[in-house]
Amino acid sequence: MQRVGQTIALGGVAALLGLLVWKVAFDRDGGVAAELGRGKTVQAPSFTLERLDREGQLSIADLRGKAVVVNFWASWCLPCREEAPVLQQTYERYRDDGLVVLGVDYNDFRQDARRFMERFALTYPVVFDGKGSTAGKWGLRGVPETFFVNRSGTIVGEPIYGPVDSERNRDAYERGIALALGDAP
Amino acid sequence: MTTRLAALLATAFLFGGAPSAGAAPSPSDLEAELVCPTCKTTLDQSDAPVARRMKQIIRERLAAGATEAEIKAELVDQFGSRVLAEPPKSGFDLLAWVVPLGLAAIGAVGVGALAWGWSRRPEAEPSPPLDPLLERRVDEALDRFDG
Repeated sequence: MQRVGQTIALGGVAALLGLLVWKVAFDRDGGVAAELGRGKTVQAPSFTLERLDREGQLSIADLRGKAVVVNFWASWCLPCREEAPVLQQTYERYRDDGLVVLGVDYNDFRQDARRFMERFALTYPVVFDGKGSTAGKWGLRGVPETFFVNRSGTIVGEPIYGPVDSERNRDAYERGIALALGDAP
Repeated sequence: MTTRLAALLATAFLFGGAPSAGAAPSPSDLEAELVCPTCKTTLDQSDAPVARRMKQIIRERLAAGATEAEIKAELVDQFGSRVLAEPPKSGFDLLAWVVPLGLAAIGAVGVGALAWGWSRRPEAEPSPPLDPLLERRVDEALDRFDG
């Protein structure tokens, strides 16, 4: 009886140690943002989400072969209003070069998001991540946040925390676009 | 009798919230049962922009005659079940209720079994009487100590 108890206790300790090793070795807490911070090359996490700009769903895999500016936003976010016209201009300017701006609406109401898109005349694709599952994989800290993905699906440049093309990140924004398009070394 | 009582308790636990689900709740009732998805506190404790918007939606829906269940279903559709302060008592989320109760029950049975085992152990043998010589020396030492 005592031996059975000891075996169970040892088994429990071994299982907890195993979990600890797994957590240290494989855990991706902090998402891609944390891995980029450690200087790693990271593939854009895959997702398939409901579209807000039209019926149906959109997968980031559908955009393979294009440069993608992935912008997380929400209608209640004030800095998102500031950057929306810039993102639309970027889409219009680089669309023929094979660049897509992809909006990911996060922690929001669909009807509010659609009203926002209408107000700022956004024509680029927008998907809905109400449940936050995609934002978690990308390691989102808040909104707005913007990532750059090149034609082979690798995240390039530096993520931009806060509204794009502001005084403090204009260079990073332009460099991110150039890297995604493959125009920068 | 015990089985029927256990079944009654389990039913009351699983469907405890059901009688009020169709009644008209107050906004503050709902705000205490729903969580802001950005700050993870209940809506009544949060002033985040999305929480303010959720409170506004709750008031609008209540004014339009929606029930508590309908409002919760709409918010879960938008944000997922993470906006519920208590996990649903169905599907996979039921585990959040059953596992802690199950572990507590297993622990209680384990403690009960140990206590039962200890209570049935034979009494310890009475210690042998002290050697008379040693006893006298102890008494003398104590007398010196007291004196």
